[in-house]
Amino acid sequence: MSDAPLHPLLQINPRQRRRARADFRFKLYGLGALLFALTFLVFFFADIIDKGLPAFQQAEILAQVEYSEAAVNNYNKAVDRKLVKLISRSWTRTIPMMLKAHPEMVGTSSEQWVLADYHVDQYLKGHDGHNLKKKYQAQVDRLYKEGKIRLAFNTGFFNSGDSKMPENAGILASAIGSVMVLLLTMLFAVPIGVMTAIYLEEFAPDNRFTQLIEVNINNLAAIPSILYGLLGLAIFINFMGVPRSSALAGGLTLALMTLPIIIIATRASLRSVPESIREAAYGLGASTLQTTWHHVLPLAMPGILTGSIIGLAQAMGETAPLLIIGMMAYIPEAPHSILEATTVLPAQVYTWSSESIRAFEERTAAGIMVLLAVLLTLNAVAVRLRNRSQQTW
Amino acid sequence: MMTASTVFLWFFGGLIPLCAMAYWLARGKALNQSLASGKRLHSLPGFYGLYAAVWLALPAMGAGVLFSLLHMFHIMDVPAVMLLATALFLGAAGLWLGLRHIHAEFRARQAVEKIMRGVLFGAATISILTTLGIVLSVIFESVRFFHVISFWDFITGTKWQPDTAFLIGAGRGSEGVAPPLFGSVPIFAGTFMITGIAMLVAVPVGLFAAIYMSEYASHKARGRLKPMLEILAGIPTVVYGFFAAITISPLVVEIANAIGFEASYTNALAPGLIMGVMIIPFMSSLSDDVIKAVPQDMRDGSMALGATKSETIRHIVLPAAFPGIVSAFLLSISRAIGETMIVVMAAGLRPNLTMNPLEGMTTVTVKIVEALTGDQEFDSAFTLAAFALGLVLLMLTLVLNIVSTIVVRKFKQRYE
Repeated sequence: MSDAPLHPLLQINPRQRRRARADFRFKLYGLGALLFALTFLVFFFADIIDKGLPAFQQAEILAQVEYSEAAVNNYNKAVDRKLVKLISRSWTRTIPMMLKAHPEMVGTSSEQWVLADYHVDQYLKGHDGHNLKKKYQAQVDRLYKEGKIRLAFNTGFFNSGDSKMPENAGILASAIGSVMVLLLTMLFAVPIGVMTAIYLEEFAPDNRFTQLIEVNINNLAAIPSILYGLLGLAIFINFMGVPRSSALAGGLTLALMTLPIIIIATRASLRSVPESIREAAYGLGASTLQTTWHHVLPLAMPGILTGSIIGLAQAMGETAPLLIIGMMAYIPEAPHSILEATTVLPAQVYTWSSESIRAFEERTAAGIMVLLAVLLTLNAVAVRLRNRSQQTW
Repeated sequence: MMTASTVFLWFFGGLIPLCAMAYWLARGKALNQSLASGKRLHSLPGFYGLYAAVWLALPAMGAGVLFSLLHMFHIMDVPAVMLLATALFLGAAGLWLGLRHIHAEFRARQAVEKIMRGVLFGAATISILTTLGIVLSVIFESVRFFHVISFWDFITGTKWQPDTAFLIGAGRGSEGVAPPLFGSVPIFAGTFMITGIAMLVAVPVGLFAAIYMSEYASHKARGRLKPMLEILAGIPTVVYGFFAAITISPLVVEIANAIGFEASYTNALAPGLIMGVMIIPFMSSLSDDVIKAVPQDMRDGSMALGATKSETIRHIVLPAAFPGIVSAFLLSISRAIGETMIVVMAAGLRPNLTMNPLEGMTTVTVKIVEALTGDQEFDSAFTLAAFALGLVLLMLTLVLNIVSTIVVRKFKQRYE
């Protein structure tokens, strides 16, 4: 069959073959570009998870704790001398305080799992650079075989704040800080952004000033975030006297940064509501405000929500302007008010990443995993909302 | 002594129920008036209520804002109780005035809408104020900087050695101390080097990804691929920075060593590459929009003349979309120049005038962060330099943005 000569018109000449091949190659470039991006994504997530996963486990040591009189003054006396070097000082040094609060416990003893030193932790996880001394290595190996050292789920990572000792450092304080800053951002940016968009779309006369606002908003969306930090520092902190590194300063700065995103999304959403809806409302005697409030805004709501979520997710991951207004301080305790010094999750990731102790590296990656999980969930919700509400008029 | 947040809480905690009360009071009054006089109400009853609520809220909030401003600028410290009392008094007076206006023929709807319009307009001006705030704060401090350091030295100097600036800031003489040098050329060289590397990644990958998604991919594949690219845009820059510093930098050093080059751990290549990846979705979605805006007729015409698909894209679609792609390119550059966390974490601190991307170099944003996160006096030239750098950064991004807006407008005029 294949030997039969083709009709001359069906034969492919070399030139055509070359063009077809070029055509194929071009398509491959496109595919290659996408493949590059996706490969990066896979490599990136694999790397972060590989680095961060170990931090969700923490070494613990089964120790006989003697709450003796001596321990009230010298916490190292509370545990067996051989174990003291293996146990985290961040735990042992809380003993005197606890005994002063509960004097009835003096004289008792108990066997319990206590937090191990980060050297032990890193050694057990097999990380290079654990720096555990040779003599302790043998001891840890033996204890591990006896079942007196274990890797347990790291609850401390979620319910404690920052610490200078890596085994005790957690994300609680920065997570609470993030929530506070984000709530403030939402409180300022969403109402003002939506009102601006309503004004521009539904009310504004087409004059010079309106055009100025429009051009201005587009420019604001393109200004690098670090410049918002300079604004926050110069205006909010130095001029208005908002406390440095407070949640209020951070929330205001991020609100100004998020504003253009929300305005642009809301305007697009308002514009997609067909004119016939407005005209029907006008025809029944509604005013512009009534039309907007009762008819246009409810229909535009899903789009507004999507834009707001995306804008807030961006604000939540932002670090640069917050560094400028001082939100990279060492904050071990969650703040109680919006005027106290606060840190946020991305800033915590940044401070951990610049720590010299290697054990902080896995904490950094674990913090990143938590941050990414929250942000990707927020974005997924936004995309879901957008897809579900895409209405064809 | 009440803290600011308690005062805040009391203020709004009191204002909201009072406003609700004013609403029902005025609404009731309007309805009663209408019944008593036998005239129809001009507006819906709710508008009379809103009118009175606004009359109560505006003076009260005005008092709150005024006292906060006085407090902020340390002109006068008003006790919290007095603030609340004044606000309450003014609010009550406003309510009384507002209630007096209310009768059946009062055009409450028009009045309320006028006020609402004013409020909406006020919200819209905040964006203008923000720009003004950024520009003024940057210019103000820059002017102070250029009083100490000449503008010309800043723009053309090739040495950035600000270490002695704090001595002069502290008022100690400059004898025996080398004067601080603020030559920004090496800093901008580093910025452009890293931006260039980022563009080398972002432009081809972003553009080809956009071409594939808009011209080749099926509707279904597109729906799957696009969100995946958008994940790249949703990753915070601090995370990219960590990845660049911890994973990519050592990788670059290893590879460079393997092929016989020497690379620093703060090389420009690693942050540049990662920044490029970060910009891919930005570049691709902007190009995607303009490629899709090219009319289908042009493609059909080209195909009808016998061109292959790639020939159509290369010779017809891309030239037609060119202005839009240029604008996407310019916006991507402005993104790269202003990017901070990746370079803060992965690039160097030392200004270095070199063409070798394997050496450590620093950028404008790194220097801004360095100057403002240290414990230097705010007035020293070292800190003020951050604002001068910020000014240049602002100018650069504004020019890039304006040019790209003009280019894209020309493009839209052509096909709309």
